[in-house]
Amino acid sequence: MSILTVKNLTKQFGGLVANSNIDMEVQKGSITAVIGPNGAGKTTFFNMVTGVYQPTSGEILLNNESIVGLKPHQVTKKGIARTFQNIRLFGAITVLENVMVGMHNHLHGGLFSTILNLPRVRKEEKEARREAYRLLEYVGLESFYNEEASSLPYGAQRKLEIARALATKPKVLLLDEPAAGMNPKETSELTKLIYNMREELDLTIVLIEHDMKLVMEISEHIVVLDHGEKIAEGTPDDIRNNEKVIEAYLGKGAATTAS
Amino acid sequence: MKNVLHTIQQNKRLQAIVVGLYIVVTFFSLYLAQKSVVAFLLLLSSLLLLYFTTFSNRVKWLIGGVVMVVLLPLAASQGEAYQSYMEVATLVGIYIAMALGLNIVVGMAGLLDLGFVAFFALGAYTYGIFATGQANNFMPFGHYPLSGESFWVFIFIGCFVAALFGILLGVPVLRVKGDYLAIVTLGFGEIIRIIFNNLDKPVNITNGAMGLASVQPPRLFGIDFMYPNQFYYIVLVILITVIFAVRRLEFSKIGRAWKAVRENEIAAQAMGIHLVKTKLMAFAVGASFSGMMGVVFAAKQTFVDPTSFTLLESITILVMVILGGMGSVPGVILGAALVTILNLQVLTELTNWLNQLSLNGVINVPDALSPAKMQRFIFGVILILFALYRPQGLLPAKNPVFDEKDLKDADKLINAGVQKEATQHVHLDS
Repeated sequence: MSILTVKNLTKQFGGLVANSNIDMEVQKGSITAVIGPNGAGKTTFFNMVTGVYQPTSGEILLNNESIVGLKPHQVTKKGIARTFQNIRLFGAITVLENVMVGMHNHLHGGLFSTILNLPRVRKEEKEARREAYRLLEYVGLESFYNEEASSLPYGAQRKLEIARALATKPKVLLLDEPAAGMNPKETSELTKLIYNMREELDLTIVLIEHDMKLVMEISEHIVVLDHGEKIAEGTPDDIRNNEKVIEAYLGKGAATTAS
Repeated sequence: MKNVLHTIQQNKRLQAIVVGLYIVVTFFSLYLAQKSVVAFLLLLSSLLLLYFTTFSNRVKWLIGGVVMVVLLPLAASQGEAYQSYMEVATLVGIYIAMALGLNIVVGMAGLLDLGFVAFFALGAYTYGIFATGQANNFMPFGHYPLSGESFWVFIFIGCFVAALFGILLGVPVLRVKGDYLAIVTLGFGEIIRIIFNNLDKPVNITNGAMGLASVQPPRLFGIDFMYPNQFYYIVLVILITVIFAVRRLEFSKIGRAWKAVRENEIAAQAMGIHLVKTKLMAFAVGASFSGMMGVVFAAKQTFVDPTSFTLLESITILVMVILGGMGSVPGVILGAALVTILNLQVLTELTNWLNQLSLNGVINVPDALSPAKMQRFIFGVILILFALYRPQGLLPAKNPVFDEKDLKDADKLINAGVQKEATQHVHLDS
């Protein structure tokens, strides 16, 4: 069953066509990868799905309900969470608070009940702290919980972005180059984490990634973009042997080395 | 020296002795030497000393409360300078509350507001118009001035009016960001002042540049509040309420949303935070503190006119926030206290002293160089020095430190019990 459906999605910035007539179906519970050379329009595609950009034309359906025209925070409420290619943490607040920000829509303390410090609000906050800590444990960052987010090492910052996105309780998680800048050990940990999240948290994952080893290892479905157009899609094996993809992106050697 | 400080930090009893001794000594020095501004300032700074102790928050508030409610007024009450000390203390309180309001907007939500004094003006005029005969000019019903008893209601009305205008201002203004926001808010501040200055025709609402004179003093149980020592307690109550409110908001869902918006707007939105709503709330809450204090200010001065609400006032409040530490509640309190005291006491005392010297023929300081006239110069220097050498302010903002025990699921069983109870509560509620 398709949870996220994209039909004829096009985005133009003035004369530049960043995405042109992209069709895509993401199956519920799958791991789907979007790959392609730099400038192919992958992040633009993510930005349209999450409401940061409004598409020039086309449709985006989440569970058969259109989410075009929604603001980013409304898209998050509908159940799509994301991480960012250029890390966008809340640098000056603690790691635990970063995750707690993700719970924003699941906390109900209003202005007056907070000022009056009602027992309801206190209990909710306490629960939120615990839940945030559990999420940090889940991605393996619990030892940093009191640190300022900007002081974390690079790999840990990427994981914190994932924990923060999980805190919004998403149905679909979009990861924008989660392994960028990670060393091989961190990448293999991350691969495991992504796989586990899908299994344990009932998630559908869409990821943009340049690390072909990671992509081929965990994704069930791959979509290849080039110059804003979809040039191929299919299973990892299909993609690895697709002439067009090899020419545009993977290069001749990839068919053998990445297997 | 470091060793001594370290031992003191470890030993609570020692701290209690030091703080106690300090308070007693400064209390008696002010009690006995009524004219000594230094003694007054030293007694005030016992609160700062208290802040650095390792006592629990409750103990700190208790001691601080005793100092503010009993000791300070009592020590100052023995001489002629009593009212002027209380005047300073009252104004310090008013400015602290305003600086805390601006701190929410600038420090927590990261929205540079250069017209903040407009909300103070709104509060002051709200009470000023209805507590003088002015309202007779345009109100079709009712008798004005309202009696002093209405003051207590007007604290809330002022709060509400300022919050409302905070939102009204915010809706168009929040479309712009950064430097542009600063410019637009600066414009807003001036617009409000100029409107108040010119709203004496066609219908005379604000009495224009003449201002509103003889505002009704607040009245409670038949007692009129006329003197600074009485206003001191009104301000103290409001201020403590404001501090508690800010503290609670800071570490709540709302405060986190403000900080998230400050740190990264796009990521904050991706976390489900409604950008406009969050910013508007910062504007409204910050403005409401100012509005409340505006009402008190109008009643205390018994006179309101547009010259009290110039751009310099907005800048002064901003200096308090930057000096103390943006986003830091204790820092902003300290910053506001320091700037106000510098303005009202240190500079005037210095000027008086220099005048005295000139009169006695010791040195000759030209009038143009008197410290009281160098306020802007001094603020400018403070801003530059802090931007260069200590951008985080005197007491930088601290993140909350969470207790690991509080976070772990070691007590899962107990927790499950609580949850069960919680669901039952929900059933009862619904």
